[in-house]
Amino acid sequence: MKNQIIPSPKALRNTVWIALLCAFVLPVHARLNVVATLPDYGAIATAVGGDQVKVTSLARGTEDPHFIDARPSYIRILNQADVLLEGGAEMEIGWLPALVNNARNPKILGTAPGHVLMSQGVPLLDVPSAPVDRSMGDVHPAGNPHFAHDPANGRIMATHLAEVFTKLDSANGYIYQANLKRFIEQLDRKLVEWAKLMEPFRGIKVVTYHKSYEYFAARFGLIIVGQLEPKPGVEPSPTHLNALVPRMKEAGARLVMIEPNRKRKTPQYVADAIGAKLVIVPGMVGGHEKIKDYLDLFDYDVAQITAALKEQK
Amino acid sequence: MNSRQLLGWSSALCLSACSLQAQETSEVEALKRQLRQATESFQKAIDEQRRVIDELNRKIETIEKSKPVIPVGAPAVEEVKSPTATQASASKPWSPADPMRVQKGSAYLDIGLVGNIAVGGSTANDIEGGTQLGGHDPSQRGFTLQGLEASFAGAVDPYFRGNANLTFAVDSGGESFMEVEEAWLETSSLPGNLALRAGQIWTEFGRHNPTHLHTWSFVDSPLVNGRLFGADGLRNPGARVSWLAPMPFYSELSLGVQNSQGETASGFRSAGHSHGGEEEEGLPFGFRHPDNDRGVKQLGDLLFSPRYSLSFDLSETQVLLGGVSGAFGPNSRGGEGSGATDTQIYGVDLTWKWKPVNHSGGFPFVMWQTEAMLQRYDAGGFDWDENGNAAADDGELIDVGTGLPAVLPGETLTDYGFYSQVLYGFRKGWVAGLRFDYVTSDRAYYEQFDLAFSGESVGRDSMRATRWRVSPNLTWYPTEFSKVRLQYNYDDRREVGVDHSVWLQFEFLLGAHAAHKF
Repeated sequence: MKNQIIPSPKALRNTVWIALLCAFVLPVHARLNVVATLPDYGAIATAVGGDQVKVTSLARGTEDPHFIDARPSYIRILNQADVLLEGGAEMEIGWLPALVNNARNPKILGTAPGHVLMSQGVPLLDVPSAPVDRSMGDVHPAGNPHFAHDPANGRIMATHLAEVFTKLDSANGYIYQANLKRFIEQLDRKLVEWAKLMEPFRGIKVVTYHKSYEYFAARFGLIIVGQLEPKPGVEPSPTHLNALVPRMKEAGARLVMIEPNRKRKTPQYVADAIGAKLVIVPGMVGGHEKIKDYLDLFDYDVAQITAALKEQK
Repeated sequence: MNSRQLLGWSSALCLSACSLQAQETSEVEALKRQLRQATESFQKAIDEQRRVIDELNRKIETIEKSKPVIPVGAPAVEEVKSPTATQASASKPWSPADPMRVQKGSAYLDIGLVGNIAVGGSTANDIEGGTQLGGHDPSQRGFTLQGLEASFAGAVDPYFRGNANLTFAVDSGGESFMEVEEAWLETSSLPGNLALRAGQIWTEFGRHNPTHLHTWSFVDSPLVNGRLFGADGLRNPGARVSWLAPMPFYSELSLGVQNSQGETASGFRSAGHSHGGEEEEGLPFGFRHPDNDRGVKQLGDLLFSPRYSLSFDLSETQVLLGGVSGAFGPNSRGGEGSGATDTQIYGVDLTWKWKPVNHSGGFPFVMWQTEAMLQRYDAGGFDWDENGNAAADDGELIDVGTGLPAVLPGETLTDYGFYSQVLYGFRKGWVAGLRFDYVTSDRAYYEQFDLAFSGESVGRDSMRATRWRVSPNLTWYPTEFSKVRLQYNYDDRREVGVDHSVWLQFEFLLGAHAAHKF
């Protein structure tokens, strides 16, 4: 009996083969590898892709998105990407092309379906109506690239991404569509909520550091009356500030809005001089530890702004 | 139970496991259905609410269409005053039929122009090729047009990318000249993580060699690069294949194959001599006449340059990049009858960068970069009594001891050196830098003799003698497209003495600007 229980090597091999066959018949599914230049795009990709996608964001939410180091490790990350999400409005022009050129990944080049411009379909603000040159500072000819900071654009981006993911992974298309539906429902509910919270402050005047809050302001009815930067990307100069302060005082600016990575000293000085409140308003997901997804970003920013304005009363 | 039975059982088990799973799936489906039914009434209520919201939204949209500005989903819209929104409503979800607002444009060629001008002075009288070894370093007291570089780049088609850099400059004699620094095409979608670049290319050796003047962090090039690769750096027509290894970190292996002759292959079969002063005196490196005319007859006449580099993110804020490089090829100092001679150059480089996660405009940062190189140069034997009269004649190197033309034995010359530099971007647009250069060599056999040329004692070869230099500088970048840099060089040449130089450099950039590499 004993030697009957011990299977012959041949039988063992057959068993292994059959087990392997079973394993392959069961649905084996590789997740889409999505690489986002900015965490906002990554957050929307996570919302739409759910468990079917693996999302890596290159820039961190606290960084200046115009000046990300082209780390060699990013070349390897882009090399393995199925999908690259980039802004498409030149925000990443100073660092992304060198990485993509070296990544040797045709899936994310040119017109490949894995190469996604998040600005596609998004109405961009500040599109220059006349020819621009660099004496105007860092003006982006395609328009203001900070478009992800308007939750309504989040809806456009999510819809676009659901389409892209469905194209690349049609088997899970129904999941992406369901995720999209849920995300848009949440977003719409939140939009009503945020609009309600911001409603009492509609039309208040604010000063910003960089031209990065145009979309947020347009959405929630804030009026931007000036920037600390004399020209986009140019550091505040005493001459500019001396001219700015009386102008802002006269305009009745109530807030100075800056990103978390700005130095506080100059903005605080300006806020004090014009009798406004300095408020840190992260422009990207991850800009504060509480901001973990795309909806958190606006939850946090709206809370910061309304708290600052209530305090001021 | 025999093996056949076991086989049967095991397959049955597998199949039943599969069917069991199917059964479970259908049960889950049934439960889901029930759940759906149970929540239907709840859903109805939500749907009702949604309908109301949608209706309100639609109403708002129709109201908004007559207004310039649209707050999405605002329940009670009053007058909107924002002056910044100039666009139509963003509330309608995008559909592929809508026009795209952002395009790459129809430009097929990115054109850029970078100008570098230096002004300053030095206590040295032999600036060009003496204190300043680089061909684009400041070359004289007063003003130098270090370089005016035109760059052309773009995608050729879905398979290739093209790039050309033409540099114009004016030498200390006022003569304009042009160099083809780079002109290549590169594959963009080769399989197997491979990339191939072919044309006039920089040899991928270390950190400094394959870079253009305007990317340098100092006014001039490091001494070790000037000595081992000559004034122009190592670049020649050729090809390079590189492979990105499938590792969890960045790991790249490349091999370059280039011609080994020409003046941009200093250290190999360069024509004449590119080491400044000595060229005028007619004394070639190693005191052997060059033999450059044999072209490429066999594989061994080419220059091979392997490189391996790897990089790790040490933390959220720190990146480390290291590499080892080599350049192997024939040189032209074989002399008569002594056969082909080779040059081997080895290099290691290490770069570390710190940049906080809350940087603004890329500042602050600290970057440390070091490169060390070693060259082994086979020089063949050479008998200076070329006319065979066994007597000292003009234009011959004389052995002072015997009074006869020198007979130099074959030997291997070893040169080495390094530079180490630290950059500190302490506030936006401002970078303080400090670089230390050191170069030296093992004293060669020919340097130990008492030799004379045209009545002057030769002694230690000035291009091989020990030398060190310290260069602090300060750079201001008003924007990414311009810079102003002030640099001081304390320069100690063992055989010449100490020299002081001060240079002020300006740069302007027009047009396309290639993205920064790490």
